[in-house]
Formats: sequence, structure tokens, C-alpha cells
Amino acid sequence: MTTTKVVLRFPPELTDQPVTYKLIKEYDLMVNILRGHITPKEEGMLVLELTGKKKQLDRGMDYLAKLGVETQRLSKGVKWLKDRCTHCTACTSLCPTHALLVERDTMMVSFDRDKCIACEMCITVCPYSAMEVQV
Amino acid sequence: MKTVEEINEKIKKGKALVLTAEEIIDFARQKGSKRAAEEVDVVTTGTFGPMCSSGAYFNVGHSRPRIKIGGGKAYLNGVPVYTGLAAVDLLLGATAIPDDDPRNAVFPGRFAYGGGHVIEELVAGKEVRLTATAYGTDCYPRKKIETRISLEDMNEAVLFNPRNCYQNYNVAVNVSDRAIYTYMGVLQPRLGNANYCSAGQLSPLFCDPFYRTIGIGTRIFLGGGTGYVAWNGTQHNPCVPRTDLGVPRVPAGTIAVIGDLKQMHPRWLRGTSFRGYGVNLTVSIGIPIPILNEEILVQAAVRDEDIVTPIVDYSQSYPQRESGSLGEVSYAQLKSGEISVDGKEVPTASLSSYAMAREIAGILKDWIQKGEFLLTECVQGLPSSDSGIVFKGLQEKPFRAKKLI
Ligand code: SF4
Ligand code: SF4
Repeated sequence: MTTTKVVLRFPPELTDQPVTYKLIKEYDLMVNILRGHITPKEEGMLVLELTGKKKQLDRGMDYLAKLGVETQRLSKGVKWLKDRCTHCTACTSLCPTHALLVERDTMMVSFDRDKCIACEMCITVCPYSAMEVQV
Repeated sequence: MKTVEEINEKIKKGKALVLTAEEIIDFARQKGSKRAAEEVDVVTTGTFGPMCSSGAYFNVGHSRPRIKIGGGKAYLNGVPVYTGLAAVDLLLGATAIPDDDPRNAVFPGRFAYGGGHVIEELVAGKEVRLTATAYGTDCYPRKKIETRISLEDMNEAVLFNPRNCYQNYNVAVNVSDRAIYTYMGVLQPRLGNANYCSAGQLSPLFCDPFYRTIGIGTRIFLGGGTGYVAWNGTQHNPCVPRTDLGVPRVPAGTIAVIGDLKQMHPRWLRGTSFRGYGVNLTVSIGIPIPILNEEILVQAAVRDEDIVTPIVDYSQSYPQRESGSLGEVSYAQLKSGEISVDGKEVPTASLSSYAMAREIAGILKDWIQKGEFLLTECVQGLPSSDSGIVFKGLQEKPFRAKKLI
């Protein structure tokens, strides 16, 4: 069994396709929707965690690509380098899952690994190189 | 009511009452400002934010044979330094980047390393590569040098910031349809987020809005060591609209600061990279405010609720230097994590660290309580709201046509 996180981007004409259904039914994958943003006839975005046999996973990804869905596999995760973090909070308003969160009383930032979907937004945003991609 | 001299006497005896700019708020509320002003001797402030107008100058010592780097070219870890000074005096700016950095060729550029990072590494005690070329003279024959050098090897290493401690700053938003990459951070389209950059009620110049105690010669916490206010900062603009308490409603005063880099600490001086914008240095400053009378106390006890700042669009208004803001918010609202702009709820974030500002004010308080840090009377005040200073833009004027000979 392998698990991977992917971001799917749908062009407007594909937002009505039942892709998660197909991934489950035809490719025998476990699908966990981490984040979604789909409105009919508009560009859509889904962040999925897919678990299944490696072969089935690859076939599922092929199916998505053939359909015209843009896919991006996410890295294993990101690491918060606590000592480098200045608690400026710059990353917290853009972290989509609030894995990076401000405690308002102390104005200190914390990182919850389990909530992180490795979208790497914080890597772009952090001015102090306190977030690092794990390889 | 009190003089700086009297306060220093109390500090030396370990009897001074010192509070941070946060602690003073409740203290003044409970005791009333009159009694609080009698009891409290010093209020300590703090700020930890990125400031582009930062730099350091070094005297690297004379090699044998001698080289006149002045007028030549020199680099520290590949970052160009200014050499238009004496033979071995070098000036490094925080925003300098290596000549071969791709900059924004691939947008948005990373700006992973520059002057700010060189300063941080030097302060951390690391050696950096000094490379220089010169034209050679009779008294300075050498034309090239390559060596490793650390702060310890240098004669002088001085942090000098022509501008720091901005008294208030814009909240930056983006009303356009694409993400923009600014010195105020990454701003998402259609008011996706709002970034601010001030410690609010802890920020030094908010606590002394008319610069009654902070002036040239004021001793301060700088980068983990001690430094001084050298002058007013560049773009010092005291004649702006103010609240009833005297707090500027828009960016206003600034200070220039100076201090011995060799005393400083890398935790308190951080190289900073803004995607798509460039390199910067984040500088920690803490300034003590002697509570000489009730008015100074009332001003030092300012609260986030009482400090307001304009919301500015960085996709159009700022770059085009168009006036107008999208509204005004208080720092209390900004710190809540959400503000309302044009009827939309917008998440907020800061670039300057309030948590570190609080720590700085705490350290300075500790130094003063232990008698390790005495206050200074400034030798000259900064231009204030009655100075008539007008903040100028750059008026472009065509070159005069050359006279035909
Ligand atoms: S990668 Fe960063 S921004 Fe994205 S979810 Fe994880 S912590 Fe948040
Ligand atoms: S942007 Fe970087 S330094 Fe600032 S709070 Fe986030 S991780 Fe920490």
C-alpha cells in the first residue's frame, strides 16, 4: 500500500466529472478529500490523499491525466524549523488548513504536522527560511 | 516631575520600577495615570521587523602588501559591498545580492541570500569570504585579495541603519486578479489576505509619539547589544494626521540607529528573503522611555485599540503612488486575525514579530532592573509635529540640453 497526496486542478468543462467515484470504484483506491473547491462551470481544485496498491495508484493518476485534469503530487511534507521561526505570523493567513496557527494571547505560532497537506505555500511565504520541504 | 538623572540613581540602587509597554497598560488603568507616573520610572518598548534601510560598515585591516579596495570592487560571500570609502572600509547594505543571483528573471525570484544574511552569519561568528580587486597605486600596490574573515578579525564592525522603527505602517492588500509579491509579503488576489508590519502598542515610537524622550544619543537595545539613536531616520515624516493621543494615523517618524555589531546576536538580527522582492534584514530594537511626567506615561500606555493605520492596495495605489486608502483599522483588529475591507472578511498576518517584540521589551526591562543599562538624556530632539517637514516625492526633471560649443 502506498499513500500520496495530490492536488487536482480541473478546467471548467471537467468539474462535473465523478472522478473520486471512479478512483474508488475502478482503481480500488482509498480517497480522502483534504480540501476542495469546486463550483460547476468554473475552474476547480481538489486536494486528495490516495491510498492503494502502487500499480493502481499509477493507473489512477494516468486516468486523471488522460481526462485532462492537471495533477501535482505533493512532497512528503514540510518541516517547521522552530528555532528559525520568528513567530511573525506571515504564513498563518495563507496556510489553507491552519496547520500553522497563531495563539492570539501570546502571538506565538505553532505547527500541527497532522493538518499539513504539504501545499508548500509557507515555503514561498516565510521570509526567515523557517519552513523546509522534506525529501 | 522626575529627571533622567534621578531615574538613573534609582536604577543604580536597584530601586527603579520598570514595566514593559504592555504591562504599563493595566498598571496605569488600575492606579490612574497620575499615581502610575509617580511610581513607574521606565517603560520598555520593543520591535522586531524587517527594515530594508539597514547595513553595516567594516574596517577589515590592511594586508601585507597593502591593497586599496576603496574605488575597486569587493564582495563578502559573493555579495557586493560598497567600496567608495577609504582603502579598507567596506559598506554592506542589507538588500545587496550577488551579481549572479537570477533576481526576478524567473518570477517570483527567491532571493535566498544577500547582505542581510551576510550580516546574520558574521554576527553568528562565522567566517565569510572576502574577495576584492583594486587598480593598484604606489602606496597600495596590490590588485587582488581573497581571504576568509570573521567579525573578530576586523577592527570595527558597526551596524548602521539609516531608517528603522517606522512609527506606524500601511496594511497591505491586493485588489487585483493575480497574486503579487511585495516587500509586504505575498498578497493574494481579490483581497485574499492583509499584511501589516508593526508591534503596535509595544513599538517604540508609538509609545513616544512626539519624540519627547527618544532623540539623538538615546541608548537602546539593538540586535541583542546596545546601540544608540544616531539621527532621525530617512523619510522621517512627523507632520501627519494624528489621533487625540497624538499617535500618527499613517506612517510617520523614523530613527537612524547605530551600534557595535560585535556585541550583537544572530537571534536578534536576521537575514530575510521576500519572494519576488528581495533580501532584507530584520532588526530588533528596544527603547526605554523614562517616565518624566504624567503626559509621557499616558502616551507610553497607548493600547492597540487606540492605534489606527490605513489599508493600502499594493497592486495599484502603492506602485503608482496614488493616494487613497481602503479604510482604517486598529492594531487590535489586525491582531484578532481578521479585518473587514470593502465588506469582505480578510485574514491578517504580520511581518514583524509581536512575540519577539515582547521578548525584547522584557530583556531590556531585565537589563535596567539589574542596573546593567542606564538611560541617557538625548543630546538633541528629533524634528516633531511642529517642524514643518514636508515629505517629498521625486519630481522628475528633464536634463538640460547640452550647450553646443
Ligand atoms: S505546506 Fe505549509 S502552508 Fe501548506 S498546509 Fe502545510 S503548513 Fe500549511
Ligand atoms: S512565516 Fe516563517 S517565521 Fe513567520 S511565523 Fe511562519 S514559519 Fe515562523
